[in-house]
Amino acid sequence: MSVARFWRKQQNRYNLIGTHCTTCGKYFYPPRAFCPDCRRDGKIVEHQFKGTGKVVTYSIIRSSSGNFKLLTPYVLAIIELDEGSRLTSHIICEIDKVYIGMPVKRVFRKLGEEGSSGAIHYGTKFVPA
Amino acid sequence: MREVAVIGVGCTKFGEKWESSFRNLFVEAGALALEDANISGEQIDEIFVGNMSAGRFVEQEHIGALIADYAGLATNNIPATRVEAACASGGLSFKQAYTAVASGMSDIVVAAGVEKMTDVGTEVTTDVLAAAADREWEGIAGVTFPGLYAMIATDYMHRYGLTREQLAQVAVKNHENGAKNPNAQFQKPITLDTVLNSTLVADPLRLFDCSPVTDGAAAVILAPLDRAREFTDTPIKVLGAGQASSTIALHDRKDISTIDATVAAGNRAFKMAGVERKDIGFVEVHDCFTIAEICAIEDLGFCKKGEAGRLTEEGQTAIGGKIPINPSGGLKACGHPVGATGIKQVYETVKQLRGDAKGRQIDTEIGMTHNVGGTGATVVCHIFGRA
Amino acid sequence: MVGIISYGAYIPRYRIKVEEIARVWGANGTEISRGLGVYEKALPDMDEDTITISVEAARAAMARRKVDPVEIGAVYVGSESHPYAVKPTAVTVGEAIGATPVMTAADYEFACKAGTAAIQTSMGLVKSGMVTYSVAIGADVAQGEPGDALEYTAAAGGAAMIIGNKDPIAEINHTCSFTTDTPDFWRRENKPYPRHGGRFTGEPAYFKHVVGASKLMLEKMGTKPSDYTYAVFHQPNGKFPVQAASMLGFSMDQIKPGLAVTYLGNTYSGASMVGLSAVLDNAKPGDRIFMTSYGSGSGSDSFDITVTDVINSDLFNRDAAPTVSALLADKKLVDYAVYAKHKGKVVMME
Repeated sequence: MSVARFWRKQQNRYNLIGTHCTTCGKYFYPPRAFCPDCRRDGKIVEHQFKGTGKVVTYSIIRSSSGNFKLLTPYVLAIIELDEGSRLTSHIICEIDKVYIGMPVKRVFRKLGEEGSSGAIHYGTKFVPA
Repeated sequence: MREVAVIGVGCTKFGEKWESSFRNLFVEAGALALEDANISGEQIDEIFVGNMSAGRFVEQEHIGALIADYAGLATNNIPATRVEAACASGGLSFKQAYTAVASGMSDIVVAAGVEKMTDVGTEVTTDVLAAAADREWEGIAGVTFPGLYAMIATDYMHRYGLTREQLAQVAVKNHENGAKNPNAQFQKPITLDTVLNSTLVADPLRLFDCSPVTDGAAAVILAPLDRAREFTDTPIKVLGAGQASSTIALHDRKDISTIDATVAAGNRAFKMAGVERKDIGFVEVHDCFTIAEICAIEDLGFCKKGEAGRLTEEGQTAIGGKIPINPSGGLKACGHPVGATGIKQVYETVKQLRGDAKGRQIDTEIGMTHNVGGTGATVVCHIFGRA
Repeated sequence: MVGIISYGAYIPRYRIKVEEIARVWGANGTEISRGLGVYEKALPDMDEDTITISVEAARAAMARRKVDPVEIGAVYVGSESHPYAVKPTAVTVGEAIGATPVMTAADYEFACKAGTAAIQTSMGLVKSGMVTYSVAIGADVAQGEPGDALEYTAAAGGAAMIIGNKDPIAEINHTCSFTTDTPDFWRRENKPYPRHGGRFTGEPAYFKHVVGASKLMLEKMGTKPSDYTYAVFHQPNGKFPVQAASMLGFSMDQIKPGLAVTYLGNTYSGASMVGLSAVLDNAKPGDRIFMTSYGSGSGSDSFDITVTDVINSDLFNRDAAPTVSALLADKKLVDYAVYAKHKGKVVMME
């Protein structure tokens, strides 16, 4: 991911900043600039997510590529944040410990890098809470 | 809208085709289709080609023009359009071709699909396929395609009690069908143990739950139904077409185990065709992973949610069963050159309905195709019948 | 008075036993462990580095106390393993704690005392009224050449101190430094591992500076070692701080609570500050803490600290972040091969 492209969403990735539709009350992380329910009537504001949630579903990735190649086997999961929004994340935990409904919390980790001389990408991952 | 028929089909053998380039593949499939329709190149009015990622697999964009050129049609200056919807590129290319003929815009139209996947290493392939998901919010989190479908499987197994054996039976059945398909990448039956003992790729999915990396191309030729018999004695009519989209990311689906775009696309195709589920003799579904076939059977409405595993275990989805699924061997055994798959599904359906599917023939007048892009962000369904 | 508003430490979960490293090099692990007074050391996960450790430590400090990030006017990170040679660690930390953009930031390098140098700078900014709060961090994923003596101790971890003068949990009564040009340990540009002067790192380097700065402090404050509840000395191994304490007249009881090195290893720029964090984990109002860091090259920063009532008040919640002993207890031991992978010691193709 190019520097500008990563930088554009850097605050969102570092601090779990998503959006909130004040019209219908829905929360969005990943952020959405347009509420799918309220459409043009939706008023979207920034929202800082608490960073806690639970595992909706998961898999243990045994074979991967790029920045995740050396992390195998790792837990990949869909997480439902307490505010109700869902996201996909690497969960840092023993691969036999993850289960559906497992409470998780955010941590700050490296997401990857553009090779050994390129920019390093940081952001949010999750660990068991 | 005019009624439309398929008048010719062609498909390369699927597999790791080290000798064939991207260009060779589509020229071969196209020539087979023209020969089958008994027409010559000058008769073609328009070309649509489904292709997911020539840009990354062979560093070539501008596929429409390239195909027209290497098919020897550059001097005819015919319109040629590339269609992309990840793994549903082929199905969508067919739908575009169908629309072009039905609208009266063009008469003789080629719908093709091609993918050359083995010119890059496995790691690049994994990354290219992951681009069918949401790169910014799934890709960066370390998703792989098997991983996404594995998360569907985890959710599905947890909620509906699908067993590992039932899931494996999907692959066993598709390999059995593939063994009877001369174009299939794998023409070898396998046992339940082969699947259950294969390497874990993304728990709970194992290597034999996954479709392979494949080179291949397929092409079909469409014409207005009222002209079809100029070219063939066995035109196959397009009864219904349905396309739907859903969220690009799996995490945004309301129900992880229901591909809602399949439900919508299926319903649209059935409505347009005016036929019932019970009228369908077989379905070529998008079994990129075994769990995808389970979901597809249910989401297309052939059984209730949670029952497809049992149906498969009982042999009801095998040839000779109540609703045969993937007589071609599916993506699992026939192979999955992503952009070509949707057209190969039409190829198989036409072969079946003509009564030309030697060794795997199903006696029916109506068949259906189901082609999925990503984890179900695009789905295209078509229903075909003897004219 | 200027002091510590909050603090937080972070130690990655992974550990390797000194014996396991010795096994690989055909050395006697039992003897080495005993000789160094270090039994295990922490190493980073594959996706951890000095930036992630710094952020986690800073967030732990923020969790313990309600500090408006907008009031943080400076972030300084001391480390000798900044992930970028050029591009500050401190800006990522600032952004990750919501302190940007109205703040100043910089990275420090002064071997193992870069973290305490950040505390001193922070104190200056607070005292002068230039900032309300300043975050000082010492963190490292320390490098040690395979087979070298440093490899037995070079560890990963760090601590963050929020410095300010509004109701500190601990007042910093005074700080002073003792600095000379002493080539006991260095790492040249573009070299992956540091080199050192062997036994030269002891008497003319560590001891001269630690004792020098500590004596300056005792003289300036007119105190004697028995006036302090705790003492923390830079801990490159388990032996040097004990010896320094004894040379100065501090007892084992005074230094033991802050001696994290035994099962953590040397977290370089993080070492003294993790030790101070361990002391603060247990400190009571009125406790007086003596701390002297050491950074090769060489210099020592001494601090005289008094814990205030605020540490037990509603303004501060020590339990909101894990203690150093809790961080040390949550561990996963790995063998040398996994350690080599985590530390990037396995040569990979790009």
